[in-house]
Formats: sequence, structure tokens, C-alpha cells
Amino acid sequence: MAQPRVLLLRAPGINCDVETQHAWRLAGAECDAMHVSRLLEQPATLDRYGILTLPGGFSYGDDISAGRILANRLAHRMGEQLRDFVRCDRLVLGICNGFQVLVKAGLLTAGSPHTRCTLALNAQGRFVCQWTSLRCDTQRCVFLERGRRYFLPIAHAEGRFAVANAEAYDRSLAALRYTRGEPRTGPANPTGSFDDVAGLTDETGRVLGLMPHPERFVDPSQHPFATAADDIPEPDGLAIFRAAVEVFR
Amino acid sequence: MWDSESIWEIAVEATSASHDARGAGLLATAHRAGFSEVTGIRATRLYLLRGQLDRAAAERLSADLFADPVIEQWSCHQGADWPESAEPVVEVHLLPGVMDPVAISAAGAARELLQSAALGGTGVQVRTAWRYAVIGLTELDRLETLARRILANPSIEKISICGLGRRDELPQRFPEAPQVSNQVRHVRLTGLGDEELTRLSREKHLFLSVEELRAVERHFATLERDPTDLELETIAQTWSEHCVHKTLKSAVVYRGQGFGVDGIDADVERHYDNLLADTIAKATRELALPWCLSVFKDNAGIVDFDERHGVAFKVETHNHPSAIEPYGGAATGAGGCIRDILGCGLGAKPIANTDVFCVADPDFDDDRLPPGVLRPRRILRGIVEGVRDYGNRMGIPTVAGALYFDDRYLANPLVYCGCVGVISKDRIHKEPRRGDKIVLVGGRTGRDGIGGATFSSAELTDTHADEFAHAVQIGNAIEEKKVLDALLRARDHATGCLYTAITDCGAGGLSSAVGEMAHELGAVVDLDKVPLKYAGLRYNEIWLSEAQERMVLAVVPERLAELVAVFVAEEVEASVIGEFTGDGVLRVRYAGGEVGSLDVGFLHKGLPKRRRIATWNALRRSSPTVNERIADVQAMLLERLSSLNCCSREAVFRQYDHEVQGGSAVKPAAGVGEGPSDAAVVRPLLDSRRGVAIGAGVCPNLSDDDPYWMAVLAIDEAIRNVICVGANPDRIAILDNFCWPGCEDEEQLGALVRACQACHDAAVTYRVPFISGKDSLNNQFSLSADDARRLGLPETIAIPGTLLISSLGLVEDVRRCVTSDLKQPGARVWYVSADVRRGGPESAAAMHRTVARIIRSGQATACHDVSDGGLAVCLAEMCIGGARGATVSLDGFATGADARLRLFDESRSAYVFTTPPDVDGNALGGGREIVELGVVTRDKRLCIGVGAKTLVDVEVPRLDAAWRRTNYLD
Repeated sequence: MAQPRVLLLRAPGINCDVETQHAWRLAGAECDAMHVSRLLEQPATLDRYGILTLPGGFSYGDDISAGRILANRLAHRMGEQLRDFVRCDRLVLGICNGFQVLVKAGLLTAGSPHTRCTLALNAQGRFVCQWTSLRCDTQRCVFLERGRRYFLPIAHAEGRFAVANAEAYDRSLAALRYTRGEPRTGPANPTGSFDDVAGLTDETGRVLGLMPHPERFVDPSQHPFATAADDIPEPDGLAIFRAAVEVFR
Repeated sequence: MWDSESIWEIAVEATSASHDARGAGLLATAHRAGFSEVTGIRATRLYLLRGQLDRAAAERLSADLFADPVIEQWSCHQGADWPESAEPVVEVHLLPGVMDPVAISAAGAARELLQSAALGGTGVQVRTAWRYAVIGLTELDRLETLARRILANPSIEKISICGLGRRDELPQRFPEAPQVSNQVRHVRLTGLGDEELTRLSREKHLFLSVEELRAVERHFATLERDPTDLELETIAQTWSEHCVHKTLKSAVVYRGQGFGVDGIDADVERHYDNLLADTIAKATRELALPWCLSVFKDNAGIVDFDERHGVAFKVETHNHPSAIEPYGGAATGAGGCIRDILGCGLGAKPIANTDVFCVADPDFDDDRLPPGVLRPRRILRGIVEGVRDYGNRMGIPTVAGALYFDDRYLANPLVYCGCVGVISKDRIHKEPRRGDKIVLVGGRTGRDGIGGATFSSAELTDTHADEFAHAVQIGNAIEEKKVLDALLRARDHATGCLYTAITDCGAGGLSSAVGEMAHELGAVVDLDKVPLKYAGLRYNEIWLSEAQERMVLAVVPERLAELVAVFVAEEVEASVIGEFTGDGVLRVRYAGGEVGSLDVGFLHKGLPKRRRIATWNALRRSSPTVNERIADVQAMLLERLSSLNCCSREAVFRQYDHEVQGGSAVKPAAGVGEGPSDAAVVRPLLDSRRGVAIGAGVCPNLSDDDPYWMAVLAIDEAIRNVICVGANPDRIAILDNFCWPGCEDEEQLGALVRACQACHDAAVTYRVPFISGKDSLNNQFSLSADDARRLGLPETIAIPGTLLISSLGLVEDVRRCVTSDLKQPGARVWYVSADVRRGGPESAAAMHRTVARIIRSGQATACHDVSDGGLAVCLAEMCIGGARGATVSLDGFATGADARLRLFDESRSAYVFTTPPDVDGNALGGGREIVELGVVTRDKRLCIGVGAKTLVDVEVPRLDAAWRRTNYLD
């Protein structure tokens, strides 16, 4: 498989589908968007893809809680198939609302065998849109490079990582952490997330859920200090999509 | 009535206070509002369910759907009653008929969950409510006030209290709409005197003048019958100020001071046949710019973007609904403007939202609030959250805006919502054809928002909240997002666009949407075919309902099946409700009978034209106040930075997703220190470097003196905004949005004429065409004489004449954009200005092009508009954004000792920009004087001096703290 095929799941209220599809294509993947209702009608479609992406947005309005309704639809109607998908060496990327869906569907947990976690309302009680500095401390996740710093924007109301049982929490699953860096205003951990977690992986390292939006930094013009910089190296968001594509090379 | 037997109540609350952010937020709000004795507020979410449910089903839903197992706990029981509680408890339920989006999604999810678990679930209905335990209050009247001010808005919500000696009956959980008679009613106009007509107009909320009602009477006399209620209401909507702008289109004779620099000394008399056409639209006509693709005829103006695309821009106001229910009013304002873009041409794709709010001081004394008026802080917070929730959910970045404070907006806050869209050039033309089906898509129709268009024509009073509660609505952004998704798929269908015309359902509902589309052809509509939220609506309610999130399409019968399939796939209802006929009559039928039959010629051309007199007496106006001597420049700078009209807007824009869609190039915050940006730049097409710059100019503070110069300077500011970031000065289009206190008075109309004339004069001189506009001309509030005396307020609180100019500039390559933050130390700082009031717009027109040329040449490294707070604040903001310092001397100003006045002068059109050390700004001026101010420094200090004297020497972190300190939102 030289060029991986990505299935991007749409749903009512999902609103980052176009730019996420664009990011996958820039990274060298083929990407089809599909409405969740079509997938539920024909779940076998999933098997034709190497990567599943759940993009950002407000699926079903984030009514009741963020990602809850879409998570229920997926977990109850094709939960086992999704777990098989990961077992068969495929990749899953959940961004923002997609991360919330993965967590609430039980596809990402905070430790083994099954330590429940959630993404609660931000500590300040409201939506925050802000560029954040992040670091990756784990070697496990195929989307990320250990030791690398990533600069990406967050935009959500419910991204405060919380775990049911702090003792059972496995720190090595924390794929991305908020860290001090640019911009200089505001706190490093802008939402009060437990253990500064901004992204989470699973034991296989082939599933990544993250609150920041990598698809919003795939071109230098998207960088907030682009007007001050002479040269911006590979955009951090694009690096994440490219790393996933590399897995299939 | 409700049957408690079949109701299940599921209560969900946080397991620990640290996860009850809602309760904590309300507590903070309560403390700020003076309820210092409250020590805690605990919020509980209630879901009330009715339908096929047993305990197993209710528990399953509680555990798997409604509660988060990590941070929440739940309880459920049959029937709904007050909980056992030591503290007083307040429950807040939506009033019957108010949109409850969570309930709609929750019901769908509950049915699906129960069906997949074989636990029944057929026909489950959901309602939501909030329960608050309030800790620390001991007096009932304090609790009641707290509930009204903080916990609920009685215009859309019902408050029930249990505790402190009160025990209300809980509201009917699933209210049934009362059945109403659908017999056709006629309204008799013949034989009524002027007074009776006035009363009829007011009581039926028609807001038609006697003269207009006489025209209706004459028309129906020729038909030898009385109009039906539906016909009369349709005419009232179609002829409302909101829909036809009859004041701006009236014939006006203006008498008073002349216009412009040369007009000051002599009075003139000027005749306008149609004020709008002879001023604002005339400027666009005279300029005749080929890149204006569609102006003043569609829902939005469209200008050229690239070879294949145009860009559409529209700005609307939603003032009156926001005064009563700020959250819902602003949200539906944003939603309505987005629909304007969706309904522009054959549908533009929204790429950015803008918002401008004018409100009173958030700390306005509570005890002096007029009856029926909400606290300004609550209004501002509500409108910010409304715009936030609608825009964020729609996935449209809210990128630019303004916030302006003046106590005259106390009872009439202004909420401007704008939307920019991108459209394929071959999708601009639309026209319904004879025989096309009328298809209604989107949300269902209910009793919501009836009379919104006429409501906007009313002067607000203390009873408006009750009288017009039905005009207040809550939006459902996800419904509109689904409509957007489906619409773009139908527009770009592989076999070509699936419809021939489209318009949004806004003010006036179907009456206005279908009426507009059928204005030449005529149409027949069957109201029975309109999907309803609940039974029991009268035919005229269906026709006039302003239920949100609906669009009307014209579809060729052969494409109908394909179109419906596209909408169904996106989970959007699409219903054929009639067809375009070609007989020039708008026929409305219900239950087999005709309930209205209106000649479209009369409906759209029968409005009698008004002739008005406008006057302006310059002598009665105060002249602009000249800055008094400034003793301590540094103290004044710090005070200005933290003043309401200068301080950071971060509390607002941080809540908006300004990055979604991935096109954001220049953001609301500039630089590593996150200073203010002058304008936003957005790249609408992900594979292109082309962008649009979006800015806004608004300066109502200048209106009292002379609306002419207010308008010129608003246009000038809107232009400067987009020039600063790198827009092409030959490709800037602007929009006008007037909010006026009233226009019945000749002087108020005179003020409007002056502003309109200024729009013409400045647009022509600057060569910036108007492409769209809108007005809201009734923004004053009446108090009773007693209340006015008691509260120390005037009997009429009139807003200052407020003109928002929104600008849209083309940016050929976003990589060439410039931001306001200071960058490399050693860079030279330059200042260029024009005195527009003395020299007229012509004195600034060349300057804008000079600055644009410098930016385009790549020699400007930072650029910032000098506006509120003057040069001193401008420099401070540039330091904050760059986290750099600057050493500045005022010696370059010829004014010598008065140079310090320049520091806070807001009356000039001016820019500050920086260049690399080796660039001489003066050589770039093309003959215009450019003053060298100083140099950018690495140490974070702003030093301003004149001669040997130091006026300012302050650390940038101190400026930063002053600028961010002011809390106007929480």
C-alpha cells in the first residue's frame, strides 16, 4: 500500500471535514469523506481503508455532552468492528470532537485494562481558541515523534482531560502534553487538563486522539507569527499527517 | 395537561464541585452582581422523558447517554417533583414553544439507544431543564431576584422555586399547543377613521401608517372585499421598514448646512427622489467598477475574487430581539446573516463571520435600570455567547469585529452580525421559472418569532418584553449546519445545480421568502404541506412564522427527486409546499380553501412613497472638544489603555473559533505578545494564497457633532483597517449598516441625510464601492415621566446615530500580509496622517494608497491604524503585540509644544509603520510628509519624549497589564 486510503467520517455538526481532507491529501494520502449514517448502513465499507479519521466539529450539537451522541451511535452499532480495525494494524485519528468521540465510545482509555477517562468542560467553563505549545514524551505513537515540540491551535469547550482513577492512569499513554512556549500570554495548560494531557494514544500506538487541530497548521501562512518569521520549517500539523502516511510506505 | 404517570425525570450532576463549571460560573456572576451572601450554586441538568419507558430503559439512558461516568452521577425516578433539599431550589424550564435543541438531539439518541438495546423507546420525547440549589440565601425576595437576574430570563424561561417559604407547582412538562380555529378571518378597513386605523395598526402589530392602510383599503375596495388577516399581515411584513427600507428609499427634501469641507458656511436645500439610490447606491453606480459582480440586488453584495470565484459579504442587525433575550437574539442574528450568504446567488459557502456590538457600561448602576431593561453586563455576555455558539457550531470562523461602549445603548444594545462567503461565478445568477416547485428545507415551523419584521419597527418600552416575547427565539445551529452541508451538495451536484433559485426564510417567514421569489411570477402555496413542530397553528401563523433554519428553493419538477435525496441523506427535511405559477398572483391555501390571494404587483409596488422633510441646524451642535492640557502623559496613556473603548478584546475573541476551515492568515491577536490586529485575513480556498481582509469602522462618538464627518471617518477607518494588513487599495468594497435612534423627527432624518451624503462623497473619493447595506432605524426607548425622574434618565433614551462600515479588501498573496506587532529591534518607526475634517477625504485618499504601496513593496515590517486612544495607545499596542519596546520622539511634529496633543488625538486619519533600519520612510512617501518617530528596541520599554523632556517611560508588561485588566464580560 503505497498511498494509504483514509476514511473521514462526517456527521451532523462535524465542521472540520474539508480542511482535514485537504491535510491528508497534502500529506500524500487518498481521503474519502462519508456520512456516519452511510457507514452504519454499510459497515463493511470501513475494511477498504487503512486509516479512519474523526474530524473536529460539534457532532449532533455536542448536545448532552461533547461527542456523546456520535460515540453512542458508533459504539453500539459498530464498536467491535472498530476494535477489529485497530487490531488489524490500521490507524485511527480523532481530532477535537473526534477525540471526544473516541474517549466516550471507550476506544481510548487512560490505562489498562479499562481505566475510564473523559474530556470535561474546560476549567474556565467556556470555549477557548488559542495556539498552544505541545510536546510528545512517548515513542509509542506512530503519528508523533518523541521529543518533538508541536505548535498547534486548540478550539473547544470540553477538552479538560479527567480520569476516573488517578492511580490506574498510565502516563505513557499521554501522547501530547501542553507545555510552556509561545505565545507568552495565558497559562501553558489552558484548560486545566489532568497531567497537562492534550492528546492520548492506546497501547498499540496506532490510535491518536488529540484536542489541538493539526489540520489547521499544514501551511506556513496559518502560523500566527508568520508575518514575523522569515522561514517556517515543515508545519507541525502536516508532520502528524505525514508520519501516518509513512507507516504505509 | 401532563400525565405524571408517563414522565421520567433524570437528574445529572457533577460528582465533585470542581467539575460543576456551570455552578461555579453562576456563583461568580452572582457575586459580581452583589449577591455576596451566596456561598454556592449547584447545577443539576434535568432530562424529562415521556413515551414508552420503564425503569430499565430510564436507567440505561441515564447511565449510557445522559451522565458521564467519570465526572457525573445520576438519579432517575418516575414523575417529577421537588427533590428533598436543605437548600432552596430553583428550577428553570423553557416556556412552551421555545426551541430546545438539546431535547431534539437527545430524543433521537434515546430512541436509537433503546431500540438497539431492545428496550422499547418508540415515540420517546425529551424536554430539558436546569435545577439550581442555591446555598447561603435566607430571604425569598433575594432568591427571586437572583433567579430573575442570573439563573433565567423570564422572557423565554419559567422560574419555579421551592424553599424559603415558597413552593411552586412545577411547570407542565410537555405542554400541548392549544387548538385554534382555522376559520378565515377578514379585517374590515373601510369606514375606519384615522384614529381607528392607527389603533388597528398598533394592536395587530402591523406598524403601517394611516396612509399605507388607506392604500390597502383602496386596493381591496377595487376587489370589492375586505382583506383576510393573512393578507393584511403579509402586506405589513412586506412593507415593513425591515423589508423595504421605506425611510431610506423615501423622497426627502433636506434643508440645512451644506456638505463637506466647502459646505460648512452656507445652508443648502437638496432634493432626493430616493435617498438611498441618490447617495449610497449612486456612489457605486458612478464608480462603475467592473469587479463588483452583484450589488444591492441579492441577499448580499458580491465582488470578484479570482478567475473562478466571487466573494459575498452581508451584515445584518438583530437589535430588538437581543435587548430582550441577548443569547437567542444574537445567535439567531448570526444564523440569519449566515442564511443570507447561503441564499445569495445560488448559494455561497460561508467562510467568515464578523460581529460588532454596541452596549452600555457593564457597570451601569443596577438601581438606575429602567423597567424591562436587562443589565448591560448580562446583555454583552449573552450576545457574545450567542454569536459564539452559533458561529462555532456552524464551523464558520468569527474573525473580526468591534465592541463599543456608550450608556445611550442601555436599552437598545446594537448587535451587528456579518458573514462572508465564497461563490463560484457561474452560481451568481438565479431565477425561479414558471412551473418550478417551491421546496421548503430545514427546520420545522412553529409559533416562533411571529412578527419579527414589524417588531423591529416598534419603539421599545417597558412592556416590550411581554408584548413581543413571541418574536424572541433560540437558534438551532446544527440544523442550519445540516442545511449548509446539503445545500452545497445540491448546488455542486455532479449533474449541475439541482435548483433554479433560493432564498432564506428570515423576517416575515414564508410570506416574505415566497413573496420575494414570486414577485414577478406569482405562486400558489398549500400551508397544509408545511411540516410543523406541533399541531394547532393557525394558517396565518404558519405563513408568518419566523422559525429559524429554513430556506426556500425553486426546483424544476424533473430534478425534484434528486434534490430531496440529497437533503434526506444529510438528515434534513425537504417538502414541496407549492409552485410558481406565472399568473402574477400570490395564492395561499389551507385545508382546501383559499386564505389569501394577493396581486404581486400591488404587494411589491403598492407601497405609497413617502415624502419627507429633513433639517439640520449646525448651530445647535457642540463643536468637537479640543484636548485640554495633559498634565501626566504616562498616567493618561495607562488610563486610556484600560478604558472600555481601548482595552483588549481577548475576552470576546478567545471564545470564538477563529481558526476553523483552516484559512486564517491574520488573526485577532497579533504577535508573540498577542496585541490587537487591525483586520482579519482569511484564505477562502485551501489551495490558493489569495485572501480577503475584513475590517470595520464605527465612530458613533462623532455623530453628535456632525454625522457627515462621523460617516466619512467610519469609512476611513474601515479602509485603514484592511490597508494595514496588506489589502489592495483598488479592491476594497464596503457595506453600510445604519442604526439610528428614529427618523420621524426632521432633525433625526436630517442627521441621517448627512450621513448618507457623506457615504456617497467619501466612497467616490476613496473609490470604495458600497455593495450591500441594511438599516435599523428605531432604536430609542421610552420611559414614563415618573420612571425617568426617579432614575435620573431622559424620558427617551436615544442611541447616538451609529453607522457601521464593514470593509472587504482583496489580498493577492497572504504571505505578504503585515501585522501590527513590532518585530526586529532597530527597525525605524514612522507616522503618516491626514486631517480629514479639514482637508476632506481627498486629503487621505492618496495616503491610503501610499501606505498600501509601502506594504506591497515589502518594506513595512509592521503597520497599525491610529484609532481609539490616538498615537500613544497605537504605539503601546504595537509594543504589546511584539513584546518589544520603542523609543519615540515627537520632535518631528511641526506643532512643537502641542506635540503631546497629537499623542491622544483621535480625529486624524493616521498610520504608524516600521521599516528595516536601512529604509528611509520619507523617500517612500511620494511627496507626502512622513514623520520619523523613533526606533524599535529590544528592552521592553516604551519611551516617548519631546525635546529633552520625557513624557512616557514605562515597561511594556505594565502597558500589557493595563490593557488586559478591564473586565467587561464576566
